[in-house]
Parts: sequence; C-alpha cells; structure tokens
Amino acid sequence: MQDGIEHGSPSGLKMGTTIIAVEFDGGVVVGSDSRVSAGASVVNRVMNKLSPLHDKIYCALSGSAADAQTIAEIVNYQLDVHSIEVDEDPLVCSAATLVKNISYKYKEELSAHLIVAGWDRRAGGQVYATLNGLLTRQPFAVGGSGSFYIYGFVDAEYRSDMTRQECQEFVVNSLSLAMSRDGSSGGVAYVVTIDSEGVEEKCILGNQLPTFYDPDI
Amino acid sequence: MSEEMFPEPEWLSEEVKTGTTIIAVTFDGGVVLGSDSRVSAGESVVNRVMNKLSPLHDKIYCALSGSAADAQTIAEIVNYQLDVHSIEVEDDPLVCSAATLVKNISYKYKEELSAHLIVAGWDRKKGGQVYATLNGLLSRQPFAIGGSGSFYIHGFVDAEYRKNMTKRESQEFVVNALTLAMGRDGSSGGVAYVVTIDKDGAEEKCILGNELPRFFDQ
Repeated sequence: MQDGIEHGSPSGLKMGTTIIAVEFDGGVVVGSDSRVSAGASVVNRVMNKLSPLHDKIYCALSGSAADAQTIAEIVNYQLDVHSIEVDEDPLVCSAATLVKNISYKYKEELSAHLIVAGWDRRAGGQVYATLNGLLTRQPFAVGGSGSFYIYGFVDAEYRSDMTRQECQEFVVNSLSLAMSRDGSSGGVAYVVTIDSEGVEEKCILGNQLPTFYDPDI
Repeated sequence: MSEEMFPEPEWLSEEVKTGTTIIAVTFDGGVVLGSDSRVSAGESVVNRVMNKLSPLHDKIYCALSGSAADAQTIAEIVNYQLDVHSIEVEDDPLVCSAATLVKNISYKYKEELSAHLIVAGWDRKKGGQVYATLNGLLSRQPFAIGGSGSFYIHGFVDAEYRKNMTKRESQEFVVNALTLAMGRDGSSGGVAYVVTIDKDGAEEKCILGNELPRFFDQ
C-alpha cells in the first residue's frame, strides 16, 4: 500500500508516552500525554492513556498500545469478579498485583508498562510501578519514553508533603516538559485526581499547558 | 588453555567512552562549565576522576563527551590551532573562532568521529558565550547540555533556567544539573568539575561526591 504509513508488525502501534502518578495525603494524581505513534506517524493525537480499572483505581498505559490496553481490560474484568467475591471495593494493591502477574508471566511476549494508582479505604492514596513484572509501591512513578527527560526535574522538584493542588501542578509541569522534548509524546494532557470522594478527570489542551524557557537568541 | 582460565577482561576490548554529563551556561560577564568525571569501557569504570573540561586557551574551555579518544584529540588539535591563530592576529582568540575550529573538525570527520564538544569562554568582543557543536553544527546558545546524562535533565534545565542569572546562581544551576544527571545515568558519576570563566580568568573547582547537593531519594 502506498499511503505513506508504515504497515506490518515490526513497527506496530507504540504509545511513545509520558505517564506519571503521584501520591498526596488522601489520594493520587495520575497524568499522561495523548500521542500514539506508528513509526514516524502520529495515528492518534488525543488518546486517553488513563484507563479505569475500578471506580477509584486507574492505570496509566505505556509501551505497545495493544498490549497495554489488553492488560488493562483483563485486569478490569478480574477486578470486577474479585470485588464481587469479597463483597467490597478492591484494594489498589490487589489491582497492582493482578497487573504485575500478567506482566511477569508474559514478560517475553508483552512490551507494556502500566502504572497503577488509586485510593482505597485501607491505605489511602497509593502508586504502584509494575515495570517488567516487578511490583513496587512508590510515592511517585514516571514511565514511558518521555519520562527519561524529566527524571532530573522530578528528582529535584518532588516533595513528600505536597497538597492536592501542588501535585496536580507537579504532574502538569512534568508532562509539559516531557512532551516538549520527546518526539513520541505530545498532544493534550489528561489528568485524573482520585480521592475518597471520587474521581475528577481533566483534559488540558496543548495551548493551555505551561511553557518553559525556550532559547530565543 | 590460559585464555579459558583467565579470560581477557572485557574492558580491554570495549571502546573507552566518556559516558558523561556536560553543561555550560552563560551569565552576565562570563560562563560556567561543568562536567562529571566518569570514563567507562563497557560496564567498567576505567577512570573515575577524569576532568572533562579541557582548556583551549586562557579564557576558552571545552567540555568533552562521547568517545574519549576522539574528544581529547579534537581538543588538542584545536588548542594547537588556536595558539597559532592567536599569534597570527596578535590578540586573544574569540570564543567564536575556537568553536568554529572545533566545528570544522567535527563536521569534516563526521562519519569517523563520535564526540560532542561544548565550547564556552569569555572574550572582549561579546563577553561570555556558549557554543554547541554536536555533529558538526555550530550554534550559539544561552546554555547547552550534552552527553548521555543530559537526557535525564532536559526537563530540569528547561524548567529552571532563567536569563540573567548571577555568577553564583549559574554555578548552583550547573552543580544541581550535574548532580541530578549523575544520580540517574549509569555512565556519569564521580566528582563534579566546575570552571568559571570571566574577564579576570578561569577558576577551576572540584566538588567531591559527598559534597554534592542531595535531592529526593526514596
């Protein structure tokens, strides 16, 4: 086919991506960009990579688009069954463990990294990284190709006692910086804030994102 | 038989690269350059205290990254060419001249060389200047970062750089950026070398690992 788009499995659909999740006292803030690329083309510029696993548990998708979405769907189903069995809202730790189980078992075949974050009654806001099949709870986690550019920024700027508002700004600033440097991240920023009261989803358009220094000599 | 019992260490056959984080920033009246000190061959660290800030002239330095041999050779050649040039014009060379000489070599031998030098210094005509010469381009910038560790601090320097920083603030900016990159990049580490150049000359400083600022560590 001569339509200028790369076809075939080798390139595949990758979510280049920047994803980030941060805990605050009482909840979590999760953020992502919205670009899906196939080789050099952007095939979806408004994809929401924050996928609900349950009412107050979300995951952020990165890596191969198909793999990540499939894991999210399977865990969504497994969590539904589990929450019916225990007759209660599932724990974030349970959701993260289910994701980790799939990531680890199919480690060689899959190529996706999901960050799981949410709120539950037992431990409040929690963020879990599940890269390559490990499971680790962290105060914040970053992932995706764009995350490399902001390691220095998040190391410098993260503080452990941020308020909900400060966490949201931290997430938006990090996404904005990564999107301006990583060719595989871009579009709009999706931000989801989860606390005991519920879930607030927000979409920040490209021209409303904070701008930083650009050399202009 | 002896080859199997005592296999040759892999670092003998691996290319020696300065993994590196390098950075240079202008302030009003001069420039600040900084680098880490790790040289690796494959996974081994073969020199943990290498100073990657190399003088090209009294008030012009360059920061080396990429292949250690290539970068050092370019710096030595340009040092020689600048000496000859400054004798011919009977004056201190311009930073722009030094950067152009580096760029000429980087561009001409683009395919063979694998090194990126950032050239920075002070001259009477334009004050403090920083030039990036990656892959044979020549670009004057308010600040420049380079080396494998620089990827991790793109976000940080974009967020934290301000125009018109003082000398002190620029030095802190450089040290913070180096520390953050050294904390994340496996190929950067050791100590931080910082050189400040202004009209009075060049001041070299070495900050040991345990004196570097501390950031968030879980």
